[in-house]
Amino acid sequence: MDEPRQSAPVIEPGHTFATVTDKISSIVLTRPTSNGWFVGFGLAFLVFMGGLYAIGYLFVRGVGIWGVNIPVGWGFAIVNFVWWIGIGHAGTLISAILLLLRQSWRNSINRFAEAMTLFAVSCAGLFPILHLGRPWLAYWLFPYPNTMNVWPQFRSPLVWDVFAVSTYFTISLLFWFIGLIPDLATLRDRSENRAARIIYGMLAMGWRGSARHWSRYETAYLLLAGLATPLVLSVHTVVSFDFAISIIPGWHTTIFPPYFVAGAIYSGFAMVLMLAIPIRKIYGLEDFITDRHLNNSAMVMLATGLIVAYGYGIEAFMGWYSGNRYDSFLLWNRLHGPYAPLYYLLLICNIGIPQVLWIRKLRTSPLGLFLVSGVILVGMWLERFIIVVVSLHRDFLTSSWGMYYPTRWDWLTYIGTIGLFLSAMFLFVRILPMISIFEMRTLLPQAEVKPE
Amino acid sequence: MKRTPIYGMMAEFDSPSDLVAAARRTYEAGYQKIDAYSPFPIEELAEAIGFHSNAVPLVVLIGGLIGCLSGYALQYWISVITYPINVGGRPLHSWPAFIVVTFEMTILFAGLAAVLGMLALNGLPMPYHPVFNVPRFAFATKDRFFLMIFSTDPKFNPVDTRRFLEGLGPRSISEVPS
Repeated sequence: MDEPRQSAPVIEPGHTFATVTDKISSIVLTRPTSNGWFVGFGLAFLVFMGGLYAIGYLFVRGVGIWGVNIPVGWGFAIVNFVWWIGIGHAGTLISAILLLLRQSWRNSINRFAEAMTLFAVSCAGLFPILHLGRPWLAYWLFPYPNTMNVWPQFRSPLVWDVFAVSTYFTISLLFWFIGLIPDLATLRDRSENRAARIIYGMLAMGWRGSARHWSRYETAYLLLAGLATPLVLSVHTVVSFDFAISIIPGWHTTIFPPYFVAGAIYSGFAMVLMLAIPIRKIYGLEDFITDRHLNNSAMVMLATGLIVAYGYGIEAFMGWYSGNRYDSFLLWNRLHGPYAPLYYLLLICNIGIPQVLWIRKLRTSPLGLFLVSGVILVGMWLERFIIVVVSLHRDFLTSSWGMYYPTRWDWLTYIGTIGLFLSAMFLFVRILPMISIFEMRTLLPQAEVKPE
Repeated sequence: MKRTPIYGMMAEFDSPSDLVAAARRTYEAGYQKIDAYSPFPIEELAEAIGFHSNAVPLVVLIGGLIGCLSGYALQYWISVITYPINVGGRPLHSWPAFIVVTFEMTILFAGLAAVLGMLALNGLPMPYHPVFNVPRFAFATKDRFFLMIFSTDPKFNPVDTRRFLEGLGPRSISEVPS
């Protein structure tokens, strides 16, 4: 590769087109479903059912079962929304931005990172809808001719969010599916089972790998990557507008968009690693997801983590430098208020502990990286909690101060979406190729056309 | 299109380099209705079979423009014409607030145009295609590379074309039934 310092290869030597194809497709086609998969999926699905129970109860009783109140009208629902959608961002970063930057190491992790995006955005999308109070009327958010003769207010960031998140989901789905088409054709041609052949065949839509088709395909794929790149930056920017356009101290700042995007990628890469490390171990994919991938992902986390740290620093600095008493009170309240322990925990999780990633040895240690990633995910969740709850609970008037305590239904809904996410991931690795087979083939030295 | 009992003649190769070389020679020999099949995209291949540019970028541009204009028009129509709300005397046509949704609609329409346009131009979905009649073609999605001369080519002739393909040193040659 063109980076001499990178010792680990993107793909272990000795592979051919056939071995790459067999290794990845056999996980779906021939490998018997292990007991571990059933146990894992069963547990995840059970947790998801718990979440559905909480959602069902919410439909019956309303948002009063949650801890939200006035002044803290945005509790767990918005914290979890921002957390999940941030996690999704790493998938698009890997699939689109790294594609445009010609980082070929992305080829072995983009497929499941995109799947992760899709499932994370699905989980994220649930929360604002549940938070509506009357979730069954969620379609009112879209502009459509109706007998009430009302239309959405397009000057509101919350309406921008509807467009941003639904566009993001649609484009992520398209990107994921278009990437799957050639691999679905591989599965169609390799499957021994008639039903599987028909299903994969329908999904592959008759893909036959014609040079004309590939040419259009590559153009469309690149253009889609070019479209997804500004999109992914815009989505978390718009999410941050939900806060920054308001006048609440701690929300009304211009640093929010870049700092939200960096935080999103930070937590997203942490989730990618938390998924990739067990997957490569269980399915024996160390040849394709090598130490190089772990190292690169860790470096992305380190860099985005420092941007996030800069964001915290600027928030604190502006609290002091602005001379605005509400802003400086917010800073004081974060450091000494009732939620101060969470703020210190946040600093430890997001800024303190991740600095161990400076150690090269740790960046290639699966267990170490797995643990650090877990810490970062907790830290990023705490960040959103601090932003949402600490800013809201004490605003301009002391008479309207309050406290926010999540209820068991808040927790059950949140944990339920983790169950939904993991169930979907379990199903995905079982029925679809989790690594892009055709893109792996292009990484092999044999794929290069020698001049005559 | 003239109907012949065979759809074309297909040669199988082992490596992308062989396929590109064979495709070049076939195109230079005067065959025009040819196609090549590979398990992954090969940049040189489209050029080698004489396929120089595709219409996908134009489709995406049109999709993006439609999304952009319709997104803005939608907001203008709603906020200024059909449902004007006076908030503190601010202008109804507050264009900076409309940029976000306009941008999202641009991306949405351009992205849909990219995927649907690519599929439509490729003639997909197409569940049946004569090439699938060749049993060895199943390897085209694994590790084999195929070159095809269609029977509609003016130069096509079952005997000569087979002889020509044999001269390219393929691994095997199959007749593709129509």
